[in-house]
Amino acid sequence: MLKLPIYLDHNATTPCDPRVVEAMIPYFTNSFGNAASRNHPFGWQAEEAVDYAREQIARLIGADPKEIIFTSGATEADNLALKGVFEMYAGKGNHIITCNIEHKAVLDTCKHLEKEGAEVTYLKVTDDGLIDLHELEAAIRPTTILVAIMYANNEIGTVMPIREISAIAKKKGVLVFSDATQAVGKIPVDVNKDGIDLMAFTAHKMYGPKGIGALYVRRKNPRVKVTAQMDGGGHERGMRSGTLNVPGIVGFGKACELCYNEMAEESKRLSALRDKLENELMSIEEAHLNGSKEHRLPHVTNISFKFVEGEGLLMGFNKDIAVSSGSACTSASLEPSYVLKALGLGDDLAHSSLRFGLGRFTTEEQIDYTIEQVSKTVNRLREMSPLWEMYKEGIDLNTIEWAHH
Amino acid sequence: MAYSEKVLNHYQNPQNVGTLDKSKQNVGTGLVGAPECGDVMRLQIEVDDTTGLIKDARFKTFGCGSAIASSSLATEWLKGKTIDEAVKIDNMEIVEELHLPPVKIHCSVLAEDAIKAAVNDYRKKNGLPELKFEESVVH
Repeated sequence: MLKLPIYLDHNATTPCDPRVVEAMIPYFTNSFGNAASRNHPFGWQAEEAVDYAREQIARLIGADPKEIIFTSGATEADNLALKGVFEMYAGKGNHIITCNIEHKAVLDTCKHLEKEGAEVTYLKVTDDGLIDLHELEAAIRPTTILVAIMYANNEIGTVMPIREISAIAKKKGVLVFSDATQAVGKIPVDVNKDGIDLMAFTAHKMYGPKGIGALYVRRKNPRVKVTAQMDGGGHERGMRSGTLNVPGIVGFGKACELCYNEMAEESKRLSALRDKLENELMSIEEAHLNGSKEHRLPHVTNISFKFVEGEGLLMGFNKDIAVSSGSACTSASLEPSYVLKALGLGDDLAHSSLRFGLGRFTTEEQIDYTIEQVSKTVNRLREMSPLWEMYKEGIDLNTIEWAHH
Repeated sequence: MAYSEKVLNHYQNPQNVGTLDKSKQNVGTGLVGAPECGDVMRLQIEVDDTTGLIKDARFKTFGCGSAIASSSLATEWLKGKTIDEAVKIDNMEIVEELHLPPVKIHCSVLAEDAIKAAVNDYRKKNGLPELKFEESVVH
């Protein structure tokens, strides 16, 4: 029985797995202690739950539990990594290297640091959304303190060559930070094998609750420290003060454990569903795939349908199917997706894009329904599109002088 | 963003989608907007030579739901008007009718521009001087 609406926007957020919610509930009512209360069983219970969650989380990423710093989410973890490293390693230098398709939480923080005296290099990605490794190596200076490249991109699902990136950085003695929000729990991530020194991720992208994330901070080879951005009682080894969100942390831990156990099977299943969705939609005339087809997450596809605008397209089915678009009309700023533009996509194709993010509870029936609805809507809107008519008449749209505003 | 009922209606049942023969002398065609902006409207009018009234209007739009609705509404309003009456259509009337939020006002401006462009094209083809309009304040 197909239940509507269908959710295919798992890059934006994910529903909590019911098993996660079940694990959290006791910590709201019965075991509600403050994990920092050292002197009574309420506190001890909370602390125990937090320690256990640290282990579950660390296991998923191949880290030591002591290397997990809890934050309010990936945005805060990004801030802590960038600002924390910048301040802590100011004696060594002020140069940070990142790339132009990072999440705003990284880009905006870098802009902020530039006002504080940082020098930031924003590497341009290729048409596939990948980093050019030669450019990265050439950009490293004696004053470089950090290379900050995301593990996987949230809009197009492209996975960066993290091992190659960290090998280059290590050679030059530069720390590596990766915003792995879209990757952890979806594909295997191992901070040691991948050579990562700091890593941000969050629960709500992996079937955990919103409001809880973590920054992994390496303790050995080398020992990394960050200057706290949240001052107070000295929690999290002095790196992030504030009473721990115990229920959130318990949920986060459970979510990580479930991913650890189920990720391999799940990614195989989702990859097959994604391929079916993608192949059917790509068979529509003038459909374009955005981002690398080989180096990407198993559950994401981003497709532009030329001559049809994204928000208009969404309106044809968004009561029943939830996806997102790179169109300007769907963004608060009225700018088309900067990630798609960085791939060299013309604005018109950026305006025409749809992002599908499949998830744990996605079924084949939902995919079949989506294929039907999206195809129908694309065709209907093309009948209404002057650009499609002109294209069909053989007119080269690049030759038209548009009346700009 | 929740859409108004009226915008949804125009989107589900757009009123005058289509193409008129632009080689005909009594057809005026306005093409406004740009693909890079995410909004392109083509509005066409067919004027009855004897009565001087717009007897048919068609549109095709590349754009969001509000843009589609604005141009659909425009074609409805144009039918039965003279070309002089047509250019008096103000974008704020479209905004009110469709309950467009501030962020979508530019869609109505584009529709108004499309009407004027179609009228001017008709005027040019029929030996009438083109009308000059004040630069509309967009964005």
